[in-house]
Amino acid sequence: MIYFLCMVLFAIGLYGVLRKRNLVKIILGLVIIEYATHLLFILIGYRMNGRAPILAEGEVIANIVDPLPQALVLTAIVISLGVTALVVSLAIRIYDRYRTFDITKIRRLRG
Amino acid sequence: MSKGPKEAGMTLIVKTITRLTVGLILLYGIYIVTHGHLTPGGGFAGGVIIALSFIHLTLAFGKEVALKKLSKEGTSILDSLGALIFLAIAILGFTGGYFFLNFINKGVPFRLLSAGIIPLCNIAIALKVGAGLFAIFMGLVFLKILDKDKK
Amino acid sequence: MSILPLFVAIPLAGAFLTSLLGRRFKGLPDILSNLCTASLCVISIVSIGMVRGGSTLVYKLGGWMPPIGISLVLDGFSSFMLVTVNLVALLVNIYSINYMLRYTAKWKFYTLFLLMIAGMNGVVITGDLFNLYVFLEIAAIASYALVAFGIEHEELEASFKYAVMGSIASSFILLGIIFLYSYTSTLNMADIGRVLLDKGPGRIIGFIIPMFIFGFGLKAALVPFHAWLPDAHPAAPAPISAMLSGVLIKSLGVYALCRILFNVIGVGESLSLVLMFLGAISMVVGVFLAVGQWDLKRLLAYHSISQIGYVILGIGLGTPLGILGGLFHLFNHSIFKSLLFLNSGSVEYATGTRDLQKMGGLASKMPVTGTTNLIASMSIAGIPPFNGFWSKLIIIIAAVQAGRFGYAFWAVLASILTLASFMKVMKYGFYGKLNEAFNNIKEVPLFMRLSVVILAIICVAGGLLLLNGIFLEGARDVLLNGTKYAAVVLRAVK
Repeated sequence: MIYFLCMVLFAIGLYGVLRKRNLVKIILGLVIIEYATHLLFILIGYRMNGRAPILAEGEVIANIVDPLPQALVLTAIVISLGVTALVVSLAIRIYDRYRTFDITKIRRLRG
Repeated sequence: MSKGPKEAGMTLIVKTITRLTVGLILLYGIYIVTHGHLTPGGGFAGGVIIALSFIHLTLAFGKEVALKKLSKEGTSILDSLGALIFLAIAILGFTGGYFFLNFINKGVPFRLLSAGIIPLCNIAIALKVGAGLFAIFMGLVFLKILDKDKK
Repeated sequence: MSILPLFVAIPLAGAFLTSLLGRRFKGLPDILSNLCTASLCVISIVSIGMVRGGSTLVYKLGGWMPPIGISLVLDGFSSFMLVTVNLVALLVNIYSINYMLRYTAKWKFYTLFLLMIAGMNGVVITGDLFNLYVFLEIAAIASYALVAFGIEHEELEASFKYAVMGSIASSFILLGIIFLYSYTSTLNMADIGRVLLDKGPGRIIGFIIPMFIFGFGLKAALVPFHAWLPDAHPAAPAPISAMLSGVLIKSLGVYALCRILFNVIGVGESLSLVLMFLGAISMVVGVFLAVGQWDLKRLLAYHSISQIGYVILGIGLGTPLGILGGLFHLFNHSIFKSLLFLNSGSVEYATGTRDLQKMGGLASKMPVTGTTNLIASMSIAGIPPFNGFWSKLIIIIAAVQAGRFGYAFWAVLASILTLASFMKVMKYGFYGKLNEAFNNIKEVPLFMRLSVVILAIICVAGGLLLLNGIFLEGARDVLLNGTKYAAVVLRAVK
């Protein structure tokens, strides 16, 4: 069920990217897609009644959630940070040139 | 309230609080970095907090003050330096035969000085992330200011 | 000490050193990045010798055993791709010494360029699925930035489009990796293959494959997902167009798709049909769109789609001959397409325009560019002595042998249309009457000429590779072995 909700979130993001005309809204759609993916990844590593995978002195390791997705999601978040920063700076530059965020008006390229 | 060009930034309350807290935030970031191999956190989280302390400074006092502490070129240099240190640690692993080999003595678990190269890697990552994030923030802010001037 | 990590370490070191020191010392970025790419080229050629006879090298990063740690894998296919990537990178780098003087901040260009090479080499050499994703994103982000390098209207718009579509593709790839992880509980590619063989493909595999095809297909610009390519490739500076079209779409798209589908998941009958259909449709649609173009670089970009279609068609056939032809065409395409893009850069450098209708008679003023462009055009159109002919011939013969007469027919048709469209380029661009405005243009500087001449020589001599085919057959055997990859890699670890 909860995986299904992640896919719904993913679909919302995809809708945002495909249907919206504002550059900023497209970027938000992109971010939502990435968040949905990361959320799904974390949820896949979850175990029932699991606890955080932190090793502390003198504790027994029992029933921890899968630590690997958490490490990987951190990497994926860094990557999406990079992409988002780049896309936002591109959007600012585009606004600087075209004076609009509307993609229907930004149409120099054809074909 | 009229502000002269020298008094850029927010009100007195914000400035006073910032003056008190910025150092603490920076220290907390450093703590997170150095204890990255023992507690949650590490290079990335600590680096973000370090960058936040500088961003905080920018927000409260304006960009001139923050840039005096850490200039734009400085961030760029630190950024590359962090990456190079990380790579150098990885290449030094060749001394033991493998790329990325943990070649330093691992020490006793749960001590500050343990886990071989991992704390060093954390420091390198923190440099990279902190400088990189601050540079991204400043880059976006500068672009916007440049935009306003043109109008 | 093994050379495997150097493929990633050298360009990364070069990139960060350039960004650290390039601002101070003017000539340094040129020397540094050329040193990096030259050494990469040398060690990638050395690597062919290391995998001779179908052996596989596995490198354990940090000394951890593969299912736990990250491993680097070098086999015939990787070493083939490494040679392609690094050879083109070296020549493009030589070219950009002169060309990039038009832009400010050369050191930024070299930093991004080397990062892109690091990402591509990483994708090719890694044996870990998530690591593949990370390297793919490094290369992709660097390429988004490089497309926007000129920060003018078209560049920004193309780059935004490319970045948005590329990130969606990456998200799909990540989703596919997540589902694969949830099914097999491992990320090492060989280990995933082993688990899938043991467990049998569940229903989830049918869900994962379309995600990978969408994700990597978008990176490779197969036809339903090709919309970003004709904008992004012309907008970039010419050396970057050559890199994007020559090697980026291949290492990120074709290589990663083939590696995962053939070696990890395993290709069945239906998947092979899908690949062939995608290949054929991009081949035909790409060439039809290309014929009507007047912008030189945009025309070349559409031809990239069409030629990638040939590669995918050949590989999708699944017969030994078809895969050999596909891979050979991949190598050839990266050579002649980089040459064509570099030449279009030379034309733009000299005349300042990319519109074919405004050119004319340039061959008399720019003999080197004209001749090399003629060679490359004949090569891409499949005129006999050049390398493009041999690979297309092999693909068509393979299609006929496999009983796919329809696909063979479309391949021939696409080839004829390619010839027609390049006749147009040569006629309007390089022969005919010289335009008055270009009476005093000069041939391009030394380094630009040097690199295009080397590429042209490879074009002419490329057909000889078939005679001594260790290099191609090693790559073909890896793909033919299919899911035996898992057993091979896991044995090489021990």
